[in-house]
Amino acid sequence: MANTHDAAHTQHVITPTLTYLLVFLALLVGTGLTYVAAINDFGSLNTPIALGIAFAKASLVIIYFMGVRYNTPLTKVVVASGFVWLLIMFGLTMGDYISRGWLGVPGR
Amino acid sequence: MADHATTAGAVTAPAGHDAHAHGHHPRLQHHFYNMDQQLEASTLGMWVFLVTEIMFFGGLFMAYILYRYWYPDAWAAASNHLNVQMGAINTVVLIVSSLTMVMAVRSAQIGSIRGQIGYLIGTIAFGATFLVVKYFEYAEKFEHHLVPGPHFAIPTDHIHAQHAMVGVSEQLFFSLYFIMTGIHAAHMVVGIGIMLIILAMAWKKRFSPTYYGPVEVSGLYWHFVDIVWIFLFPLLYLLGAHLGAAH
Repeated sequence: MANTHDAAHTQHVITPTLTYLLVFLALLVGTGLTYVAAINDFGSLNTPIALGIAFAKASLVIIYFMGVRYNTPLTKVVVASGFVWLLIMFGLTMGDYISRGWLGVPGR
Repeated sequence: MADHATTAGAVTAPAGHDAHAHGHHPRLQHHFYNMDQQLEASTLGMWVFLVTEIMFFGGLFMAYILYRYWYPDAWAAASNHLNVQMGAINTVVLIVSSLTMVMAVRSAQIGSIRGQIGYLIGTIAFGATFLVVKYFEYAEKFEHHLVPGPHFAIPTDHIHAQHAMVGVSEQLFFSLYFIMTGIHAAHMVVGIGIMLIILAMAWKKRFSPTYYGPVEVSGLYWHFVDIVWIFLFPLLYLLGAHLGAAH
């Protein structure tokens, strides 16, 4: 009896198989979209579109497959922090490289 | 569900239920209050590790962004020498492996030993398939002299062909291609090793609806490796696709 009682408390939300299948299908559709978007010329928008689809796919994996939606707020913050620091690294580094030629160097 | 939270226990656990009233779960480590807290701690710990992994791959993506910003034409031209078909097949293989992975976790949650074993074998098989495709892809690159080094030779028909530095920025692309996909493949090898251990544990009936942390946490690692590929595929294989593959 103790075992079933324990199970009722510790058992976490079990995601239905259908949800996983739908996410799986969405990921396959996303992969198809990635290809279709890549072979068409959208000018400078090609990369933003590709990244947008990739972020959408990654979010599906993180939220559903990795089950972050059921995790504690602390875990959610840690997950988000990884991407925030990544953006800080990209942003500051590229901010430097892109803006280097904007101002002349005195004496050169 | 609400009644267990009101138990006047001597300790206040985050998910606080009366584990002490029924004795300890055999898999409960002594430094945790209950199984909920133990799983939470494991999940949080794995995510902290995965954040370091994000930064690890992030450094390579940073190099990718900068060099692509400097050499956009060479980047697009070099990208068109990658095998989109094999890249796409591997993308689908990894997505299927992620599905079998969550199903393995779900099998543990519902107490199905056969489900765990079947889905874990499936996950390992798809992971191995990925590596086999990768082997043929790399072999093709060696045959076509697309490996950076003295024998690097990229067919160029554009104006830079006469230049003495021909192919240097293309070699940068292929260097990053091999480093990024190579480290990703190394993660796949590690992932398969982890899954073999989890499979052995599942075989010994170690997991139950109250104890499935190791399956869940290894699954997080597996999905992370899938996510890296979700970004590598469009950024490496498809960035020059709209310019035509006739380079």
